[in-house]
Amino acid sequence: MAFKLADLPYAYDALTPYIDARTMEIHHTKHHAAYTNNLNAAIDGTEWADMSILDIFKNVSKASPAIRNNGGGFYNHNLFWENMTPNAMTTPSEQMNIHKAIMRDFGSFENFKKEFSAAAATRFGSGWAWLCVDNSDKLFITSTPNQDNPLMDIAEKKGTPVLALDVWEHAYYLHYQNRRPDYIEAFFNVINWHEVTKRYNDANEGASNF
Amino acid sequence: MKSFKSLFLFGMVFISVFAQAQFSQKPLPYSKESLEPYIDAATMDIHYNKHHAAYVTNLNKALEGKTDAPKTIEELLANVSKCSPAVRNNGGGHFNHELFWSILSAEKTAPSPKLEKAIIDAFGDVNAMKEAVNKAGLTQFGSGWSWLYVNSDGKLAVCSTPNQDNPLMDVCQCKGIPVLGIDVWEHAYYLKYQNKRADYLNNIWNIINWNQVSENYEMALRKINM
Repeated sequence: MAFKLADLPYAYDALTPYIDARTMEIHHTKHHAAYTNNLNAAIDGTEWADMSILDIFKNVSKASPAIRNNGGGFYNHNLFWENMTPNAMTTPSEQMNIHKAIMRDFGSFENFKKEFSAAAATRFGSGWAWLCVDNSDKLFITSTPNQDNPLMDIAEKKGTPVLALDVWEHAYYLHYQNRRPDYIEAFFNVINWHEVTKRYNDANEGASNF
Repeated sequence: MKSFKSLFLFGMVFISVFAQAQFSQKPLPYSKESLEPYIDAATMDIHYNKHHAAYVTNLNKALEGKTDAPKTIEELLANVSKCSPAVRNNGGGHFNHELFWSILSAEKTAPSPKLEKAIIDAFGDVNAMKEAVNKAGLTQFGSGWSWLYVNSDGKLAVCSTPNQDNPLMDVCQCKGIPVLGIDVWEHAYYLKYQNKRADYLNNIWNIINWNQVSENYEMALRKINM
């Protein structure tokens, strides 16, 4: 079973001026495509070939660097594309469970935004910032190097990601160059909170905390 | 008179307690346009004036009040396991970029006979060495550097390091003295090459300052044999 590069759920220019069309196109058709192709090449003919991506992550400490790096690259970008939208609300609406959970675990949206932005800004080199839910239904923020993610068995803090932000330079360099904090601030204008709250609900299927 | 003397003594104590290393950038040894078309002027400008400058500012900030920290960058890197991540990242960032600017040049140069012989001894020929450096740079996943360095046996070798680490650091897997370093952070090439890191690596050999690399090799040998 080969993994497939999905189309973006919107046009390459849909997120302008926050993320420019050229960055989106290269990011999707070159970087994400390369991770997908390299993942398929790395698992081809191996015991990993028929595993789901989540099962690969659960055992990734036993996998080759190529599977870890490209598996992460394949999956992280899927999350990233889907948690952005041109029709974004700047904050989740009060009825959304993700809003209630953010209030419960961070006190305010501003506190959450500050902590998430700091995680994204201080990740040295290439990596990702994450909003995750742990197995006791609590939200937490973390960052990972390169293409690692919190689903991997090697992750320092493990959980289910509900919001992902790519802070590799390729995600923002054409438009923002060295100004990563400006890119992080801009990202808050394109977050798809419907998708984030859906992921939060899915992660806690069965639990009804609100 | 007495109060002058005590003021002087106080001043001396003040200076010795609060003396700390202050690092600064050397000027670029060429104009930011001069490496065109292989490295574009906008990249050079941002790379030197923003990225490198920030490493220097943040290194100095990280060392504020650390009066017992080593005063030279080489000593600092050799003891970096005892320092904060900020010193490791920004100290590496400062040293690596100083080296990087110095080993680039628009002038056509060639390795000294002694360096060329060492390259042939270690890699077979100069092209094989370039291929080894390119491969190390291409396979360094994420941000990092590719190095040609002199190891503790005095032999040339190639390795890559993540982020701003380098072979002078006590935390580094490949230890030695770097003579040539290629920056493979995306900021080093993205404006011109985007995802095509391989093209950047192939092109950079057109602008290597072999005079400087040959000199670095001589200095590295002297340090290794000390």
